[in-house]
Amino acid sequence: MSVEVLGGWGGTPVCLTEIHEIKTQLPVDAQAKSQSIIARGLGRGYGDCAINGFGITANCQSINQFTMADGVLDAEAGASIDEILRVVVPRGYFIPVTPGTKFVTIGGAIAADVHGKNHHKDGSFGNFVIELDLLIADGTTHKIGPSINPKLFWATIGGMGLTGVILRAKIQLTPIETSKILSTNVICSNLEVLMDEMIRADEFARYSVAWVDTLAGGKHLGRSILSIGDHATEVDLNLRLRKTPLKYSSKQLITFPGIPINGLLNRFTVRVFNGLWFQKARLSKKKKTISLDSFFYPLDGIGNWNKMYGRDGFIQYQISIPDNSAHLIRLILEKFSEQRIPSFLSVLKRFGPQGDGMLSFPSKGWTLAVDIPAGVEGLGELLDELDEKVVEAGGRIYFAKDSRMNSRYVKEMYPLIDEFRDVKRTVDVHNVFQSNLSRRLGL
Amino acid sequence: MIDGLGAVQNILLVGGTSEIGLSIVDSIFEKHRGKHLVVTVKSNSDIERVQNEMGRRFNGVTVEVVVMNMLSSGSLAATTGNIFGKSQIDVVILAAGVLPPAELSFTNPQIAVDSSKINFLGPIEIGTEAIQQFRKQGHGRLVVISSVAGERPRKDNYVYGAAKAGLDAWAYGLADSVHGLPIRVLVVRPGMVRTKMSAGLPEAPFTCDPDVVGRAVLKRLNKGPALIWVPGKLRIVMSVLRHLPRFVFRRLSRGVNTQNTPLA
Repeated sequence: MSVEVLGGWGGTPVCLTEIHEIKTQLPVDAQAKSQSIIARGLGRGYGDCAINGFGITANCQSINQFTMADGVLDAEAGASIDEILRVVVPRGYFIPVTPGTKFVTIGGAIAADVHGKNHHKDGSFGNFVIELDLLIADGTTHKIGPSINPKLFWATIGGMGLTGVILRAKIQLTPIETSKILSTNVICSNLEVLMDEMIRADEFARYSVAWVDTLAGGKHLGRSILSIGDHATEVDLNLRLRKTPLKYSSKQLITFPGIPINGLLNRFTVRVFNGLWFQKARLSKKKKTISLDSFFYPLDGIGNWNKMYGRDGFIQYQISIPDNSAHLIRLILEKFSEQRIPSFLSVLKRFGPQGDGMLSFPSKGWTLAVDIPAGVEGLGELLDELDEKVVEAGGRIYFAKDSRMNSRYVKEMYPLIDEFRDVKRTVDVHNVFQSNLSRRLGL
Repeated sequence: MIDGLGAVQNILLVGGTSEIGLSIVDSIFEKHRGKHLVVTVKSNSDIERVQNEMGRRFNGVTVEVVVMNMLSSGSLAATTGNIFGKSQIDVVILAAGVLPPAELSFTNPQIAVDSSKINFLGPIEIGTEAIQQFRKQGHGRLVVISSVAGERPRKDNYVYGAAKAGLDAWAYGLADSVHGLPIRVLVVRPGMVRTKMSAGLPEAPFTCDPDVVGRAVLKRLNKGPALIWVPGKLRIVMSVLRHLPRFVFRRLSRGVNTQNTPLA
């Protein structure tokens, strides 16, 4: 056990918390000691979902063994997508849903019910969980799945770790012929063009994502690069690559110092960076075969990139909006552009139908994710104003990214919250599983 | 709970009738989504009145009034612990204070001692417990109202000045001891502030209104130097005054105020 200062990926907020390693049992008899616990994986949740200032943060990284048979992954919760890909890709499989970083654990991916660039086709991570082992507050472990105790299962998928500690899970993997992605970049000069292209891409593209330059305004508002792709088949590869179609290596290009550096990110540097990104896309081939890493995890190439935002840290504002309120995307981008918020390329994605997770984030329509330095003057007020519009439109905020939303919107954003609370009450009578997020929002 | 943008929800104001303290709460709740406010009063008889006043002043926030008499040392830490036991407290403001009538505090040992309990011993008892509670809950902000009077004792307020100097030194050291933790101690050194406490005294240069103190604290709640001069110019003024030869400083100090302002 150690007491440490801990935060999320955004570096804000931070708190002092007791850190315990977790293996197969709860670190303490939490019920008897009325101490609270939240499980934590690799700490890629941006806000306060995996910190517990008032109790124990249970580190799951040491339970990371996994095996694979017939395309089914059987992994302990602390195994990361990174570790898993190194083993399964050369054997012809890929993780069915992947977030924009491979440094997430299986437990974290389930607890946040993460989505990927294929949500419009395949849905979220929870769709591929065959079963999982959940350690609940009374110290017992339960096997749950879509057909074994489904209520508890769907409360746990996207449940932010509040039903218990996920210890193990079986995941259906996706077969692949090669370790390459056949990717196409479409440069879109403004938001209209982009949104039309994206809706069109829903039909044929397995993976699609757009990088939006948030600083561009006026007639360039929504200037973006739409990146579309699918797993390359063997015939797509050139002769050299065809010799080792499943070869997979992954390395970090550079690593940032572990300490935050102030003043690196401002309107000027971000403008230059965004400009270069577009120039690179313009100059490179539109259609090409690239590695899994460069397609799915461009930012993973830079270790500790979160430290770039300086001591104040940053937040990610990620919202989903139904199709019929797509105009809100424009309004939000206009606000950010007007206030000249220095944000690196923001991400716009399509969502398919909502899954069964009670607190799962993805729901049919659009999702926009914007990284914003936390020190920006007036940011709280601006985001509060946007939240109101998002709620009115029937949209929601992603708990895994949030560190600031108003608790009064929870019910409107997540209509199944009461059902979730009912399930939680039955398995966690004394409310042992808590995080800063759950207390802040009263989940 | 403190959020990703540094916004706080729950405040404990020790010295529920302190205008400086209240203006700090005003400033914070104006910007942040306040949820809960605990204020302390001297005696049971104040509860109802203060409860009503606070209810009017802080709309949409639950208000709890707790009795904490600074003279009953020994019980203050326990009361503080109880408050934390009921809900998390993000910010504790130590604003209780008294400016005893000068003449009395120089001649009456009981008043000299009692005023020092209110200005010095009480706050450090509560503050010490608050810091322990902050460590337990993982975060917190302690705002300590010191005074420029502690910077260099004057012949007309040295009892008050001595207590504030002690409080200031305690808080300053404490601030360094929690450096690097999600716990922050702010040492606020206002000059003369127009409040009930200073009413009737001749106005000193750089006198300001309580809301100036409130805004200054809000600005530094989460970042920046832990020592706050209000107004900021006093930092320079005091660094000069601090080094004046005694015979000059003696002459600058006002004569003893003989007005019998009651013990606040």
